[in-house]
Amino acid sequence: MEAENLRRIGEYAWELPKTGEMRVPGWIFVSEALLGPLLSGEAEGEGEGGGGHDWNALTQVRNVACLPGIVKASIAMPDVHPGYGFPIGGVGAFDPEDGVVAMGGVGFDINCGVRVLATPLTRGDVEPRKEEVADALFAHVPAGLGSEGKIRLTLQGVDEVLAKGARFALERGYGLPEDLEYIEENGEMEGADPGAVSLKAKEREFRQIGTLGSGNHYLEVQYVEEIGDPEAARAYGIEKDQILIAIHCGSRGLGHQIGQDALPELERASRKYGIPIRERELVCAPIRSPEGQKYLGAVFAGINCAFANRQVIAHLVREALAPLFSLPPGKIRTLYDVGHNNVKFERHRVDGEERRLLVHRKGSTRAFGPGRPENPERYRRVGHPIFVGGTMGTASYILRGTEVGMEKVFGSGVHGAGRAMSRAKAKRRWRGQELVQSLARQGIVVRAHSYAGAAEEAPGAYKDVDLVVEAAVGAGLNALVAKVRPLACIKG
Amino acid sequence: MAVPEVSVPYEILDHTADAGVRGIGPTVEEAFAEAALGMFSLMADLDSVRPETEVPVEVQADSLEELLVAWLGELLRERDVRGMLFSRFAVRIAERDGRLHLSGRAWGEGIDPGRHRLGVEVKAATYAGVRVEQRGGGWIAQCVVDL
Repeated sequence: MEAENLRRIGEYAWELPKTGEMRVPGWIFVSEALLGPLLSGEAEGEGEGGGGHDWNALTQVRNVACLPGIVKASIAMPDVHPGYGFPIGGVGAFDPEDGVVAMGGVGFDINCGVRVLATPLTRGDVEPRKEEVADALFAHVPAGLGSEGKIRLTLQGVDEVLAKGARFALERGYGLPEDLEYIEENGEMEGADPGAVSLKAKEREFRQIGTLGSGNHYLEVQYVEEIGDPEAARAYGIEKDQILIAIHCGSRGLGHQIGQDALPELERASRKYGIPIRERELVCAPIRSPEGQKYLGAVFAGINCAFANRQVIAHLVREALAPLFSLPPGKIRTLYDVGHNNVKFERHRVDGEERRLLVHRKGSTRAFGPGRPENPERYRRVGHPIFVGGTMGTASYILRGTEVGMEKVFGSGVHGAGRAMSRAKAKRRWRGQELVQSLARQGIVVRAHSYAGAAEEAPGAYKDVDLVVEAAVGAGLNALVAKVRPLACIKG
Repeated sequence: MAVPEVSVPYEILDHTADAGVRGIGPTVEEAFAEAALGMFSLMADLDSVRPETEVPVEVQADSLEELLVAWLGELLRERDVRGMLFSRFAVRIAERDGRLHLSGRAWGEGIDPGRHRLGVEVKAATYAGVRVEQRGGGWIAQCVVDL
């Protein structure tokens, strides 16, 4: 149904006109090549469909457009694909007075995101020693199912993590004070309420702080292959052939439990406040309601948990590399740290008026453009960087926020390629060990805690990240700063 | 729809980003236990996980669908808190005061990356594709899990 109504409004933009119960239109920023897969398959949510149970992403864009208090448009970024309630790559901003907070707009892995560290090393330094580098990182950074962090927390410790975010890790001696300026929200969400997080959720963090997790999470050693925007690259302090380290992980079991706890609570709230539930994962509560406030307090705490995790892991990376290259920790700086499963209050201009809005980004990063006061001073003129993850075998990108992105998509960015093939299919097609050997022949060292897990993450199981970046840059939402390639990848 | 074979106790359903798990059993309790097996089969080769230690699990809900998601979610929590994997499950469901109460038991052991052939970590059980219903002479219990 959505496919028939779709109207082209630009080279990389399509509109789902406001019809029926939609309060705003849907805006979908994709190229023709990316649109194709979105059109195939109507909503399968109710069907048996071989067990697919994927909702059609366009239906999800429409469902989000029906939520109370949504402002301007229900937005799908170029890496849009079906999610839970919101599509992945979905952005929705809500009025704080009459809008809602929706669990599907955040997901289970709260503040899953990427931190990139910039080293003073060059490709020439690391290339001949990349096996050694991969081994050191693999040994030093806990990853994979059941791995335990180097810090053991008590209940009081978890509350501190939830209240302070990255600052907690810093106070425990993990990382450098200058890291904080280069983390979204300075690594510490305002309004985090540890009291809104269940004991069940907190218990899951006792042993998990500073662990990478598994699935699509990774630690990658990359070199800068190409600079696309010399001015921004200078501001970021990166140059061709420089070695960067990307850390992709989230809020671990604690964040997952906040989501699991919220599902039934927000389902009850949706009924209580008379908000139709169009998909079971699209449950929500009015922002001003006690249920909405509790969920927001818990999510903000979950965001802090992820900031603290990435801060600890960054420290472990520095520790692992220090002896190999006689690098003092201060020589490895945080380029930036930005999440892609978040909900936050932000100020945006809407129809010429500045408003405070609650912005959900599910599988989308914040990407604030030039001039925004939230950006670190050094990056203020060019906008902050965002990181678009490729796969183990392909390029990743560093993009930045733009003025067009501020105006059209509430300063949001793309976050990755997105899967094209199910894990089961990938596992049938590739064998983990062979895949690792084939990547080694291409010059990419992979260390994985699970070969089966590595097979599921085969580059061929993902969509083409180049197409996603082309559409984001083509639509003007984000600008290209650099293209990076992997030398070594650690998988959970 | 074909009647599920009792000899196929659980299935992993294809899903682009994640995976569906479907437990099949002669009773709803057995279908719930099989769904749990299916979920843990994503995380490890279950033949390598010894059912040595018993862990009790109690959850309540208003519907069978909610109960299934709560049961699977609680098992994931036990996995994280205890650092365990499970390979055997038993479930009893009773209705009291208009609510469904599940008393379950899970048997497993501490995670040992050296011995367990590990798979991917399941993050959460979701309401996507959730379905608990009678099929032919038995029951199915299924939902999508977030990986």
